[in-house]
Amino acid sequence: MNSFTYTRTEDVDTAVLERSSEQTSKFIAGGTNLIDLMKENVERPTRLIDITHLPLTSITDTVNGGLRLGALVTNADTAYNEQVIQRYPLLSQTILAGASPQLRNMATDGGNLLQRTRCYYFYDTATPCNKREPGSGCSAINGFNRIHAILGTAPDNSGLGQPQCIATHPSDMCVALAALEAEVRVTGINGERTIPFADFHRLPGNTPNIDNTLEPGELITSIDLPAKGFPKYYAYLKLRDRASYAFALVSVAVALEMDGDTITTARIALGGVAHKPWRKPEAEAKLIGKPATKENFQAAAELLLAGAQGFGHNTFKIELAKRAIVRALGQAAKLEPTA
Amino acid sequence: MMPAVESGTLEKRPPSLPSVQTVTLTVNGKETKLQIAPWTTLLDALREYMDLTGTKKGCDHGQCGACTVLVNDKRINSCLSLAIMQEGAKITTIEGIAGTYTDAPAGLHPLQKSFIERDAFQCGYCTPGQICSAVGLMNEGNAKTTADIRELMSGNICRCGAYTNIVDAIEDVLNEKAA
Ligand SMILES: Cc1cc2nc3c(=O)[nH]c(=O)nc-3n(C[C@H](O)[C@H](O)[C@H](O)COP(=O)(O)OP(=O)(O)OC[C@H]3O[C@@H](n4cnc5c(N)ncnc54)[C@H](O)[C@@H]3O)c2cc1C
Ligand code: SF4
Ligand code: FES
Ligand code: FES
Repeated sequence: MNSFTYTRTEDVDTAVLERSSEQTSKFIAGGTNLIDLMKENVERPTRLIDITHLPLTSITDTVNGGLRLGALVTNADTAYNEQVIQRYPLLSQTILAGASPQLRNMATDGGNLLQRTRCYYFYDTATPCNKREPGSGCSAINGFNRIHAILGTAPDNSGLGQPQCIATHPSDMCVALAALEAEVRVTGINGERTIPFADFHRLPGNTPNIDNTLEPGELITSIDLPAKGFPKYYAYLKLRDRASYAFALVSVAVALEMDGDTITTARIALGGVAHKPWRKPEAEAKLIGKPATKENFQAAAELLLAGAQGFGHNTFKIELAKRAIVRALGQAAKLEPTA
Repeated sequence: MMPAVESGTLEKRPPSLPSVQTVTLTVNGKETKLQIAPWTTLLDALREYMDLTGTKKGCDHGQCGACTVLVNDKRINSCLSLAIMQEGAKITTIEGIAGTYTDAPAGLHPLQKSFIERDAFQCGYCTPGQICSAVGLMNEGNAKTTADIRELMSGNICRCGAYTNIVDAIEDVLNEKAA
């Protein structure tokens, strides 16, 4: 690890001020991702600002009937919160599918959004990586890329040209937050703003070193869940190399509203396939007013994976994702058991 | 050719001597003042500065659970936490587990006894982490079935594969408590 100084702050304004006064400083919350990356010399902050004592550790009701998750609430306290279990069971289940009990006791909700990719080359400072060192190249495209992205890798809007980065965002929690259409509240030296979840993470394009739309120095203060929580028809299906304590190869969060057999609202978000949780409005729209059948699910799955591109080791993810979508939709619509 | 690691966004910085500071930790009920650098993990503080070597270093990256300790009665991976961040917290390591179980008089914790009875180890390297993790699991109170125990102990890897006996040992204690 590189040498750094450490400070602990107790209020948001001081934290934001301290952070902005030293460009190369970083906030530290649970530390489960940052310390890991510092040990590998991937992250080399000159100062750590400990934000775990900020008063952002509670879960409260919002004025518009939703729920506000303080950025420093742990993943465990969120997943086991009575309100979250009752009103947003998809979120609870999704968090519990990630990491381990020990890690969930440390990891915070804000930190979970900002965890970095698990691409092996990103972690290995001896190899080129455009995310770690812009312009150095991407080792994964022609290397081991079993865990890498199959969607949204194009370098620009033309969709042509060699991808700059095929990393995935590794979070489970974020897949549920995408489906639930949460909002991220942030504070910086220029004040507060709210970012819709779909706009929070970004595709790599030509600047894969930038994971999200947070301005440098901005602090996440909360994640706000809208009133609609889909407590009845939901599913999170996570496929991985072992039954627990492993990142997703492909995951699917589904939230539905049904009128009898007919789907009236559909949200489908994919994890493990792109630089951000992947949604496609056309695929969701295709299900509205339709009965919950395998054929209709299959059609939505095809649309969601349209344009998917494999890089060799990860090509299996295209078919895997389609099957996972069909199964998760079946589970959410209660056509098949969740086990 | 590999690009030099020093180029790009990585900052070049001259080497400097470690800046040591005083950190007070409360471990197993005892307060200790340590002179450590801010980058010392809780795991290294326990093992290298306090001679509490019961807590093990397996991977140093949150992937094995050998370093599990309790902070304010919650289980965490001490390899991914900085000692300096735990000032003011109540830390319990495997050395402090015996005699802390409120329902039992001094002596081994029921989980420690149960691990012995069920022969829940081979080499024993993962055992301190397994036991601290199981204490945490009991504090959390979310494990109702054998499947729950397996899932909620998945953060502790046992290279010897003593899982069956580990789960049995924990289940015995949970059943005893429920009875
Ligand atoms: C072995 C292992 C397995 C894992 N498995 C999974 C898994 O299966 N699924 C999954 O989803 N995750 C998994 N994780 C990742 C884990 O969930 C994340 O590391 C964790 O959520 C990060 O939260 P943290 O509070 O520890 O963040 P930190 O490590 O403290 O911080 C991460 C980053 O966020 C910044 N930051 C933190 N909080 C804020 C804030 N409020 N405002 C602004 N910036 C902030 C920090 O500066 C840092 O850059 C795993 C981790 C490990 C080590
Ligand atoms: S996929 Fe992205 S993170 Fe991985 S080596 Fe390529 S540029 Fe780096
Ligand atoms: S040493 Fe901490 S999890 Fe392996
Ligand atoms: S007993 Fe050897 S690693 Fe578990």
